Amino acid sequence: MTSAHVPVGQAVTVLPRKRIRWGEVGVQALLFLAATVSVLTTVGIVLSLVLPATEFFREVSPWDFLTGTTWAPLFLDAQFGVVPLIVGTLMISFWSSLVAFPLGLGVAIYLSEYARDRVTRVLKPILEILAAIPTVVLGYFALTFVTPLLRDLGLDVEIFNALSASLVLGVMLIPTVASLSEDAMAAVPRDLRDGGYALGADKLQVSTRVVVPAAISGIIAAFVLAFSRAVGETMIVLIAAGQLAQITFDPRETIATMTAFIGATGNGDIPTGSIEYKTIFAVGLTLFVMTLVMNLVSIRLVRRYREVYE
Amino acid sequence: MTTLDAPIQMGRQRRVWRNRLFQGAMLFAMLVAFGTLAVLLVDTVVTGWPELDRQLFTEPPSTVAEEGGGRPAILATLYLGFLVLFMSVPIGVATAVYLEEYANRERWYNRLIEVNIQNLAAVPSIVYGILGLAFIVRGIGLGRVVLAGALILTLVVLPTVVVASREAIRAVPDSIRQGAYALGATKWQVVWRQVLPAAIPGMATGSILALSRAVGETAPLIMVGAVVYVAFDPTILGAYTALPVQIFNWTKQPDPTFQTLAAAGAIVLLVIVLSMNALAIFVRNRYRKRW
Repeated sequence: MTSAHVPVGQAVTVLPRKRIRWGEVGVQALLFLAATVSVLTTVGIVLSLVLPATEFFREVSPWDFLTGTTWAPLFLDAQFGVVPLIVGTLMISFWSSLVAFPLGLGVAIYLSEYARDRVTRVLKPILEILAAIPTVVLGYFALTFVTPLLRDLGLDVEIFNALSASLVLGVMLIPTVASLSEDAMAAVPRDLRDGGYALGADKLQVSTRVVVPAAISGIIAAFVLAFSRAVGETMIVLIAAGQLAQITFDPRETIATMTAFIGATGNGDIPTGSIEYKTIFAVGLTLFVMTLVMNLVSIRLVRRYREVYE
Repeated sequence: MTTLDAPIQMGRQRRVWRNRLFQGAMLFAMLVAFGTLAVLLVDTVVTGWPELDRQLFTEPPSTVAEEGGGRPAILATLYLGFLVLFMSVPIGVATAVYLEEYANRERWYNRLIEVNIQNLAAVPSIVYGILGLAFIVRGIGLGRVVLAGALILTLVVLPTVVVASREAIRAVPDSIRQGAYALGATKWQVVWRQVLPAAIPGMATGSILALSRAVGETAPLIMVGAVVYVAFDPTILGAYTALPVQIFNWTKQPDPTFQTLAAAGAIVLLVIVLSMNALAIFVRNRYRKRW
C-alpha cells in the first residue's frame, strides 16, 4: 500500500499495475473454444458435402445433374437428373406454404393485436406444443389419418401423395410463421397504432394497414424461413409423400423430395465410394445451398426491422 | 342531418361486418392449428391404445408384430437424451457466455460466429445426418453407435441452446454486473456468481426444449444409426435403434398390427416430449424474474 506512506498534501498518482490473471485468461480461452464448435460444425458440413460431391461430379457432369429430368440412380442404366427431386421438393413447399402463410399470419395478428394477455399466456404454450410434435408422428398421422380422410372427402389421392404431407407440414409450420411474425409486430411502436386510431381507423384497419406493413420485413423473413423449413423437412415427406421421383404438378400423386431420397438411401447399407453413396452428397449439397440462401435472406430481413424499430 | 347520417350509418355497419369477418378468419386460423393438434393426439392415442402394454416396454422388436416391443429403442432414446444433455448444455452455455459477455462485436470473427449460429439453426436436420455419416460413422470410424447419434443430435440442437441461453443472459440487467464489479469482482466472478445464477431459469427452459427436440428427431438418426431389428439392450458404443426410428420402421411394415405398434410407440414418444415441454413451461412461469 504505497499510498499510505505518501505525506499529506503531496500529489501522486498511483497507477494500478496491470496484473495478468491467468485464471481469467484461461476461462476466456475455454469459452472461445466452445464458441468455435459451431464454426467447426459448419466447416464440417461443407467439407462432408463438397468432397464426395466433387467426386460425384467427376463421374456425372453438373449440367446433366441440374438439368436432367430422369432420376434413377439405382437402375442399371443409371440416370442422375435432379429436376424431379427439386420439383417434388418445391411442390411440397408450395402447398404447405399455402397453408402455413395465411393461417400463421392470422394467428400472429390475433396474438399480437387482439388477444388479451390472459389468452395469450394460454395459447402460446399450446402453439409451442404443436411445434414440438416429433415429425415422425406427424408423418404417421398424415399417412394413416389425413390420406384416408382426403379419400373420404372424394379426392382421388394415391396412398402416398404430396397433398396430405403438405397439409400436415403446413400446419406444423404455423407456429414458426406465427411466432416470428408476432415478434416483428410486437416491435412496431405503439405510436404508429395510436396515429392510426387518431385518424379514425378501426382495429381491422390499424392491424392490416399499419401494423402489418410496418412489420413486413419481419413477416417476409418468417415466410422465407418457413419455406426453407419445408424444403428441409424429411420425415413427413418420406413417410406420407412417397419415394417416386417424377415430374408432376398434381399434388394427389406420389412424388419424391431431395430429403426423402437422402433419408431413404442413407438408411440402407450402401458401400462407401460407390456412385449411389456419392449421390447422397450431391443431392445434400443442392439441398444445403438452397436452404442456405433462404436462411441468409431471412436473417438479413430480420436485422432490417430490428434496425428500424429497436 | 338525416341525409348525412344515413351513409355514415351504412358505413359503420359495413365496418362492423368487416371486423367480424376478419375476427372470424383469425379464429379459423387458430382452430386449424389447435384442432389439428387435438385430432392428432386423440387419433394417436385411440389407434395405439391396444398395443400400449407391458410388452412394449419389456420386449425387443420382432418380425411377428404381436410379440414385438420397443424396449431397446426406448432405452436408446433415454441414453441419447442424457448424452445430448451433458454435451449440448455446457458447450451451448459457454458459447452464449462468450458471445454475450466477452466477445467484442467489432471483430469479424465474433460476427462470423453469430451469423454462423443463426444459419446453423435453420440447416435441415438431415444435412447433419450427412455430416454424421461422412465424418463420425465412416470418417473416424466410430460406426453406427449410440455415441455417434448423440454427437450428431448435440450439433443439431446446439444453436437452440445457444440462442435461448443468450436471451437469458441478456435479460440480466447491467446494474447487477456493475454492482459486482464495484465490490471488486473479476469478470469471471461476475459471470459465474451473478449472471449465470440469475439466468438459470431461462437457460433451463431453452435447454429442456432443445432436448425435447433432440429426443423426437428422426432424420439425422436414420443416417447414422438404426439397424432395423436390434434385439438387445443398447450400450453407448453399441448398435441401436432410437424410438423415433423404430416408429418409422414400424410404419413401413405392411402388417396392420405394426401400424398399431407404431401408434403405441408414438404415444410413448409424445409422452416423453410433451412432458418435457410442460416442464419447460412450468420452469419459465414459476422462476421467471421480473427485474
